[in-house]
Amino acid sequence: MSERTGNADALLDIRRLKKYFNVRKGLLHAVDDVSLTIRKGKTLGLVGESGCGKSTLGRVVIGLIEATAGEVFFHGEDTLKFTAEQRSVFRTQAQIVFQDPFSSLNPRMSVAQQISEPLRINNACRNKREIDAKVKELMDTVGLAERIATSFPHELDGGRRQRIGVARALALDPEFIVLDEPVSALDVCIQAQILNLLQELKKERGYTYLFISHNLSVVRYVSDEVAVMYLGQVVEKADNVALFGKPIHPYTQALLSAVPVAKLDAKKERILLEGDVPSPIDPAPGCRFAGRCAYRQDVCLQDNPVLSEIEPGHFVSCHFAGFLQRHE
Amino acid sequence: MTSRDTSVLLDIRDLSVRFNTDSGVVHAVNHLNLSLHRGKALGFVGETGAGKTTTALAILRLIQSPPGQITSGEILFEGHDIMKMTEAEKRHIRGNRIAMIFQDPMTSLNPIMTVEDQITEMISLHSNLMGNEVSKRAREMLALVGIRPERAKDYPHQFSGGMRQRVGIAIALACEPALLIADEPTTALDVTIQAQVLELIKDLQSVVKTSLLLITHDLGIVAEICQDVAIMYAGRLVEYSDIRSLYGHPMHPYTQGLFNAVPNLDSPLGGKLAVIPGLPPDPTDLPKGCSFSPRCPYAQAVCHEKACGMREVAPNHFVDCYFPLGVEGGQRS
Amino acid sequence: MPANNSMLKYTLIRLRRNYLAVLGFVVLFVLIGSAIFAERISPFGYADQDYMMIRQPPSAQHLLGTDQFGRDVLSRLIYGSRISLQVGLIAVSISLIVGGAIGAIGGYFGGRTDSVLMRIMDVQLAIPTILLAIVISSALGPGLVNLMVAVGITSIPRFARLMRASVLSIKGMEFIEAARAMGASHMRIILLYILPNCAAPLIVQSTLSVANAILFAATLSFLGLGIQPPFPEWGGMLSDARPYIRDSAYLSIFPGLAIMITIVALNCIGDGLRDALDPKQKR
Repeated sequence: MSERTGNADALLDIRRLKKYFNVRKGLLHAVDDVSLTIRKGKTLGLVGESGCGKSTLGRVVIGLIEATAGEVFFHGEDTLKFTAEQRSVFRTQAQIVFQDPFSSLNPRMSVAQQISEPLRINNACRNKREIDAKVKELMDTVGLAERIATSFPHELDGGRRQRIGVARALALDPEFIVLDEPVSALDVCIQAQILNLLQELKKERGYTYLFISHNLSVVRYVSDEVAVMYLGQVVEKADNVALFGKPIHPYTQALLSAVPVAKLDAKKERILLEGDVPSPIDPAPGCRFAGRCAYRQDVCLQDNPVLSEIEPGHFVSCHFAGFLQRHE
Repeated sequence: MTSRDTSVLLDIRDLSVRFNTDSGVVHAVNHLNLSLHRGKALGFVGETGAGKTTTALAILRLIQSPPGQITSGEILFEGHDIMKMTEAEKRHIRGNRIAMIFQDPMTSLNPIMTVEDQITEMISLHSNLMGNEVSKRAREMLALVGIRPERAKDYPHQFSGGMRQRVGIAIALACEPALLIADEPTTALDVTIQAQVLELIKDLQSVVKTSLLLITHDLGIVAEICQDVAIMYAGRLVEYSDIRSLYGHPMHPYTQGLFNAVPNLDSPLGGKLAVIPGLPPDPTDLPKGCSFSPRCPYAQAVCHEKACGMREVAPNHFVDCYFPLGVEGGQRS
Repeated sequence: MPANNSMLKYTLIRLRRNYLAVLGFVVLFVLIGSAIFAERISPFGYADQDYMMIRQPPSAQHLLGTDQFGRDVLSRLIYGSRISLQVGLIAVSISLIVGGAIGAIGGYFGGRTDSVLMRIMDVQLAIPTILLAIVISSALGPGLVNLMVAVGITSIPRFARLMRASVLSIKGMEFIEAARAMGASHMRIILLYILPNCAAPLIVQSTLSVANAILFAATLSFLGLGIQPPFPEWGGMLSDARPYIRDSAYLSIFPGLAIMITIVALNCIGDGLRDALDPKQKR
């Protein structure tokens, strides 16, 4: 499956997407030439640490931020070139759930009002009765009791608030949902409940997800395919089993080894990366990861490697990918 | 758990803390009994609102009252009850004998002081070192946590999150405290940085020989660093044991629920996460009997009536449950 | 506008605990009462002159004495409260609406719009407020309405800045992004998402501004601008009492006290509201 020729069953086809920000110190390469595809009904997990650009990517895809360059094909049409009218249609097809249930809800609107907002803004229902019915249905779908329809966010806990966020995203019956760290701010027990909800919805309704998270265990649990980002670029991309079973890129390996395991005697070789993540402002030429990579050579400091298919369906961006693949 | 030998550094007995708020009385900590031995690391695990941070603040007597109030209990540190100490004695202990690292490295450092100054402040407050010796010690601490000496005169905002947390650790350990309380020290950090900081804490623990009370919700971190673990739920301790015993066979249904709720990197794919239904109880309106009983899949009539209380079910393994999992006479897990 | 019942209830509970604020409210209610029912409670008309009782000190008949025209001081104070409250409310409404709009537009749209609007505000702020009030008042001429406009204009920058700061801090919150993701128009976002969340600091500032407006009105009247005789305005009464300060000191004291008590009461209310509306305050 090559993303260059475009894909018949790719719902979302992101091509060479770039987003740069002009900041005082220079040009911030938040998303730097990223190409990804997501097939209908599948979940693409986007993993990376803070500053890697995954949240920015999610927001560009959904249309909240304008891209600097590149294309985002949705059902074969470039969303970045949409007119206002096309964009309002796109909104009914693609929605987003935010990370922080505490700040992603309007403190002064009741639960029912928040969920019905997308309906009212987009004139999706004919009258108040229809709106109320739809809200009730949505609350039911995400597991919210009817009696809290008149409650306000500050009266509810994080789990319920996040369910409101999900209900709100589902209001317009989208096909594609960007989930930006949807469970990171929640306690583990509530996190599990929300993850189960998301999985059920996907199974029943065939949603396609872009699941953004820094939590590898969670990403592994929900994703069909996974892409790892570092400093605005995708360094490795594969299906779930391949990426977690046989990570090739040194960063992916370090990332996986860094996750604490809730088991005893899980003594593993922990790969400790030196130093900190370098700045995404005016990055130096060469591989972005070279500064912290144990295998770096001269070529790494000069040329930025390209994402290449090392094994069927498994893409790695490293000059020595072949070598690393054979010696793992 | 309530031994009186000198190997017990911290002995919390029947601690109860409540907060008087507009929406009612919040019972944050309820009759907590916990002890920490010298040189050991105890993982203090629970979700938000379980009472872990409140306990830590109670140890340091940093609970604001009003609205907080310690309604019962003693906290014996090195044999002396902190509750009965004078203000001067408490100040002597804070930072010097007991130090704390906080969760958010951004807000727990003073933005207008250089990192070196923040360490020297700590040292000057509590030790008799003067002048050059103080700066020397400060630089030693920075080196210990892996910060290059040329960065000593930088300000917190010039450091990344992981580095700031290292500075926090340096400040905390500057006076070689007997007890270090770390409140979710790596939660705000990226995974790879978290790994670095955890390694650092592990190394330092063996070098400086400080006892550690590690507050966290992450059972993976506890497995790496701690020897003992205590599980908190709704302000009560529900299970306490050394890690081998607890990770080998968790006995409280809540503990097992915690283990089941977290996906990990080698669990089989495609399954559903075993979820504990419902939500933690409202701290202003705790249920009668066992606080966990409304959500417990194994609850029986007696559980709703009266809480069991901690009892030793296996060697050095205590559970607050009438029917601990995997135990004869209790539920089979 | 969605009603936020529990927020209001919560605020009232916390406010009740603040004794000074409660006292302030009592004073305010008395004031409002006297303004509304002035005709009924006032013993005399504000312009009724009694040449037999010129500059009489407080007595049973004239509780607070009479002025140089034989007019009852108490009655004039009571009618004066009507004027003071009117000025306070209308002037602050002008500042709030105009200043609020400027701040909201500047804060929300940013860029050049914001710069231009804020520079205009800065220019106004560079002029001493009392001078500005005098100039506007003189230009507009005497009268109650012109007084209200003049005082209202002077407070516009303060509200603009406050609103802008609130808007800026809320603009960055995720629920605003969520609204945009749903396709909400700018107008909708400003009216339903930003404004309701800015209410707290604006309410506090409004209360304090009413106090300020009353003070300003008194100052302008003292200087001879604004309200003209025989309408009773506390500041004007102070001004008229100046020649008699040695012999009939009460003519200055009572209007002065009226002003002072009102201002202090409003300030207490404002402080109480600020504490009550502050979510981080725990008691």
